[in-house]
Amino acid sequence: MAEPALAVSGLRKAFGALVATDGVTLDLRPGEIHALIGPNGAGKSTLIKQMTGELKQDAGEIRLRGAEITFLSPEARSRRGLARSFQVSSLASEFTALQNVVLAVAGARGEAFGFLRPALKDRALVEPARAALARVGLDGRAGIRAADLSHGERRSLEVACALALQPVAFLLDEPMAGMGHEGSLRLTGLLDGLRAEAPILLVEHDMDAVFALADRISVLVYGKVIATGSADEIRRDPEVRAAYLGDEE
Amino acid sequence: MSREGWINLAVLALLAGVPLAAHAAGEPFLVTLATKVAILGLAGVGLNLALGLGGLVSFGHAAFFGLGGYATGVLASHALNYEPLMTEPFALEGTTQMLIIWPVAIVLSGLAALAIGALSLRTSGIFFIMITLAFAQMIYYFAISWPAYGGEDGLSIYVRSEFPGLDTLSPLPFFGLVFALLLLALGLSHILSRSRFGLALQAARQNEARVRAVGIGPYRVRLVAFVISGMITGLAGALFADLNRFVSPAMLDWHTSGQLIVLVILGGVGRLFGPVAGAGLYILLEHNLGHFTEFWQLPFGLLLLAVVLFAPGGLIGVLAGRKRHG
Repeated sequence: MAEPALAVSGLRKAFGALVATDGVTLDLRPGEIHALIGPNGAGKSTLIKQMTGELKQDAGEIRLRGAEITFLSPEARSRRGLARSFQVSSLASEFTALQNVVLAVAGARGEAFGFLRPALKDRALVEPARAALARVGLDGRAGIRAADLSHGERRSLEVACALALQPVAFLLDEPMAGMGHEGSLRLTGLLDGLRAEAPILLVEHDMDAVFALADRISVLVYGKVIATGSADEIRRDPEVRAAYLGDEE
Repeated sequence: MSREGWINLAVLALLAGVPLAAHAAGEPFLVTLATKVAILGLAGVGLNLALGLGGLVSFGHAAFFGLGGYATGVLASHALNYEPLMTEPFALEGTTQMLIIWPVAIVLSGLAALAIGALSLRTSGIFFIMITLAFAQMIYYFAISWPAYGGEDGLSIYVRSEFPGLDTLSPLPFFGLVFALLLLALGLSHILSRSRFGLALQAARQNEARVRAVGIGPYRVRLVAFVISGMITGLAGALFADLNRFVSPAMLDWHTSGQLIVLVILGGVGRLFGPVAGAGLYILLEHNLGHFTEFWQLPFGLLLLAVVLFAPGGLIGVLAGRKRHG
């Protein structure tokens, strides 16, 4: 089997007596979309934050394409190719869409300390940035300030920024959150194509999207992965039905 | 050219035109006043890099302004007394050459900014403001209590420092020198703001998590900005000491830090020419309100309040409209 793009093993995080992440082991294989689902309070956000480096784990390790990144800062992880989107849109809101993506291209290349050339006149930055914008369907909105974009467009812009990093793995935290039905469908199509670039660990509440996209699904309940498998396996799993899906049927 | 571009040009033309006209009319005092505007504008251009682009509210830029001033004062006093600064491990003489004093002032204030920034940038918000203030006050009290260079009384500089080929003692050439340095700093500031570095710095102000998410550590970006900012303000301090032919702990005092923040706010935070317009307005108001009342700070304070509440883009913002990126 090919080396996983992202692998966490034995990850544990406790807040006092509350064990938010309880020995989580999961991996993200090349070419796949691996969905992480679970009821509210299952510890999905805590888990994601440990992967991005915002939270320090108590135990366990995280590897990106085989190399340990357990103790790296968030920015070092991003530079090594762990691209993420935020649960709540997090952009440079005074910047235009294009500037946001140009920033991502420059950052990914470790060029934040270029002092002379104007960034927005540098084709080496602007062309990949425009390509990423076109990929998410924002090419017509490049000159609009992020603050003036619609909610759905901001979500797409985050994906464009992640794409511009030319990542090893995507960590997308509820990219569909707050999107209308149509927006969700469009984004589903986009993510479907994105897995060719790099595999996606997808945290999502929109079950239609999850079942449409995911090659594998892991179910997190009370900080533990109670099941991992294909969409069908997860649908049939009695433990999962009891814990999570059951109340929908 | 954009509207802001034209306004910037007008500000420059005014700043250059007033001393020329004043010189022709035989009003050297006005030339000196314009020089003061240009020097405070230069200090503000420095501060604006940290405050405007980086969102770093430094309440300690007096430290760099004052260190620049003392660089001029200390070097000149040693040169005039024919007393080397030190003899061990190597001899170091004083000097009255601006071309030596400026780099010394820039390096000195840059090193101070590196030390102060390295510690204070680990905090943010009100803590950052307070820690930068505390560091500046430490240097202020050090200057007061160190008798070698005048202590509380300050240090007089008997002859203005020299620049090859220029009579720096007459007001107009000195103004020209200061104006040229201001132009250089404005050019540098403009280039920086559009560069990759400027993009990262401004993004870090807007959203730290976003910057980290694209692989850029905000701390280093801010530290570099803070050092460049301190260097420019330090150079302004060196010129200010030469303008007044006097340097005292007052340059290091928190009032000076406040004054620099105020003039950046008046002119327009984060606007390229904000500090220059702000310095002009500040000196104009100080001079004219001072005619009417000893308590000129009161109406001035009300004006500042009005700017903060109703015109957050300052004078440049009022004239040129909202800031455009890119």
